[in-house]
Amino acid sequence: MTNKLIGQYPDKSGHFGCYGGRFVGETLMAALADLENAWNDASKDVVFDRQFREMLANYAGRPTPLDFAERLSEHVGGARIYLKREDCAHTGAHKINNVIGQGLLARRMGKMKVIAETGAGQHGVATATIAARFGMSCKVFMGAEDVRRQAPNVLRMRLLGAEVVPVTCGTSTLKDAMNEALRYWVAEVEDTFYVIGTVSGPHPYPVMVRDFQRVIGDEARRQALEQIGRVPDLLVACVGGGSNAMGLFYPFLDDRCEMLGAEAAGEGLDTPRHAASISGGQPGALHGAMTYLLQNDEGQIHEAWSISAGLDYPGVGPEHAFLHDLGRVRYAGITDREAVEAFKLLCRYEGIIPALESSHALAAAIKEAAGRPKEQAVVVCLSGRGDKDLDHVTAYMKENKLWP
Amino acid sequence: MDTKGLFMNRIDAAFANLAAADRKALVAYLTAGYPDFDTSLEILKQVCGAGADILEIGVPFSDPTCDGPIIQASSETALKSGMSLSKSIELAAALRQSVETPIVMFSYYNPVFRYGVKRFAEEISRAGVDGVLIVDLPPEEAGDLVEALAGKEIHIIRLAAPTTRPERIRMLAGGAGGFLYLISRTGVTGTGGLDPAAIALHAAAVKKVCPHPVCIGFGISNSDDARALAPLADGIIVGSALMRVLSKADDFAAIPALAAAKIRELRVGMDAAGMCAKS
Repeated sequence: MTNKLIGQYPDKSGHFGCYGGRFVGETLMAALADLENAWNDASKDVVFDRQFREMLANYAGRPTPLDFAERLSEHVGGARIYLKREDCAHTGAHKINNVIGQGLLARRMGKMKVIAETGAGQHGVATATIAARFGMSCKVFMGAEDVRRQAPNVLRMRLLGAEVVPVTCGTSTLKDAMNEALRYWVAEVEDTFYVIGTVSGPHPYPVMVRDFQRVIGDEARRQALEQIGRVPDLLVACVGGGSNAMGLFYPFLDDRCEMLGAEAAGEGLDTPRHAASISGGQPGALHGAMTYLLQNDEGQIHEAWSISAGLDYPGVGPEHAFLHDLGRVRYAGITDREAVEAFKLLCRYEGIIPALESSHALAAAIKEAAGRPKEQAVVVCLSGRGDKDLDHVTAYMKENKLWP
Repeated sequence: MDTKGLFMNRIDAAFANLAAADRKALVAYLTAGYPDFDTSLEILKQVCGAGADILEIGVPFSDPTCDGPIIQASSETALKSGMSLSKSIELAAALRQSVETPIVMFSYYNPVFRYGVKRFAEEISRAGVDGVLIVDLPPEEAGDLVEALAGKEIHIIRLAAPTTRPERIRMLAGGAGGFLYLISRTGVTGTGGLDPAAIALHAAAVKKVCPHPVCIGFGISNSDDARALAPLADGIIVGSALMRVLSKADDFAAIPALAAAKIRELRVGMDAAGMCAKS
C-alpha cells in the first residue's frame, strides 16, 4: 500500500469518504457532541487508557490466543489457518472489549444509566455484564423474535440485573431493536448513555467502537510476528455491523496483507433472504450513518435474513463501506449452509464450538485457504463461542441432513 | 448558501396574513397515503377546509426512529397500501390542484437520498411544495439538499430541540426558512407530558434569536394543549393526535370528516387563547 490509511479517517465530522456522518434528529445532536468531546478527551488520557488496558487484561482475560488450527489446515489442504480466539474472552465474544471502553466512558461522563440494542444477545449480555460490574442500571432492547430465538442470552442478561425490553414493532429483529433504543435515548438523553454494539450509528460511534476493538488486531499482529515471523497473507472476519472485522483489520491496513469480510448470504445472494449489505445493497442513511443498506428503489429498508441473529442486520459500519469502495477489503457472501458446515468442521477438527457469526468467517477462510499454498498464513477472527447457537444449529443440521 | 429572505412563498404569506389577523398558525401533519392514496387526498382537502394553515405531508418510512407508536403504525399502513416517496409527491401535486394551503414535505433522509436529491427537489418544485423538513438531516449533512433547492423557492424547515444550545439555535435559525420547528420536549412524536412553563422559557429564548416564525410541536393532543401553547409562539404543529383520531375510524369513508372535526376542535382552543390574551 502506498497510501496510508491508519489515522487518516474519519474526518472531523465523522465521514469516511462519503460514508458515516451524523444523520439523527436534532434532539440527539447535543448528546453526540458531548460524547465526541468526552471521547476525544478520554482517548488522550493516559489514566483512561490504563484503566481500559487493566480491565481488558484482568476482567476480559486478554490477550486472547492466536491459535494455529493444525488439523483443520491439514484437512483443507492449503494455507495454514490461524484462529484469533475472541471466544476465549469473558462473556464469550469480542463484544466485551467495546463495552469495557464505553462503560468506562459512561462512568467518566457521570452517566449511570446505560441502554443497548442486541440481536443475538451477545452485545446485550456484554452491556449487562459491564453495567453489573460498574453498578449501573441497564436496559437492553431486543427484537421479540430474537428474544424467542436466543432464550439463553435473555436469561443471562436478566441474571446480570438488566431489564430486557422485547421490541415488537417492524420485523421484531435487530434493526427494530436499534430503532427502539434510539427512540428511548431521544426521550432520556439527559442522563442515559447509549452503548452501541458495533462500528455503526452516528459519529463518533463508528470510530470509537473501532478504536476499542482494535485491540484484536493489535494483539493478532504482534502474535503473528512472533509465531509466523511476518504479517499474515490474509485476514478474514465476519461482517454484520462489522466490529470484530474492523477491530482485526484496522492495525493491518497499512501492511501488505489481504482482507476479506464475510457477509451473511442467508439462502443465497440471488434470493431476498440474506443480510449482505455490501454485496447486495445500495448506499443510504439509517441509524445515524450513511452506508450500504438493504433497501428498495424508494429507500424503504428491507428485512435482513440470516441463520445467525448477530448478522441479521440490513446495514454495515460506514468504514467498511469506505474500505469496500477503496478496494482495500474484499467482501463476499457466505450462505447459511456454508456457515453450518464450517461450524461442524471446527467442532470436529479443533474441538472448538464457534458462534454462527464466526462460522461465516471460518467458511470464507476455508474456501480461500484451499486455493493457496502451504507457505501462506490466513488469520480468522473467531469472534465468539457457539454455546448460544446449539439448539438452532442442531435443528438446522437435522433438517438439512448435516447431522451428525 | 442559505435560503432565508431571498423569496416569499405560500408559507411566508400564510404567516404574514396570520400575523395581520393576530392569529396563530395551525400546522397539521398527516401521513401520506394513510389509509390509502384516495382517502389521504380527501383528508388533506378537508383538513385545509377545516382551518389548517399549513400542511405537513409525511412520507412514510420503514424505520421512523423519531416517531412514536401512532405515526409508526400509520406509516406501516401507508407503506402496505403501496405508498412511497414518488407517490407522496403525486399526492402533493394532486392536492395543489385544488388548494392553496402551504405544503411541507416531511421525510426521513433515506427515501430522498435514494430517489436522488436533485430529482426530489425538481419534482416537489413542480408539484407546488413550499417547504421540506427532513427530520434526520441536520444542517451539517444538508449540503446536497441546500444546493438542490437553490433557486426553487422552497424553504428548508429546521428543528430545534430542548437540548439544543443557544449558539446552535442561532446557527439553525439563521440557516432555516419558512418557520422554525420547536420540539416541545425530549422524546419521539406523540407522547404526552408537556410542561408549558419550560416550553414558554425555551420558546422565548428561541424567538429572541430566530428571524422566522416559530411553531411548537410534539405532544400537543387536544384543545387545552393548543390553548396553552399557541400563545407561546407563532403556531403549533399537530401530528400524532390527528393520526390517532383517524385510526379510530370504522371505515375509510368516515376518516376525512373525523380529521376535519379534530382540526376544528384545535382551532377553537387556539382562537380562545387569542381572545383571552386580548381581554
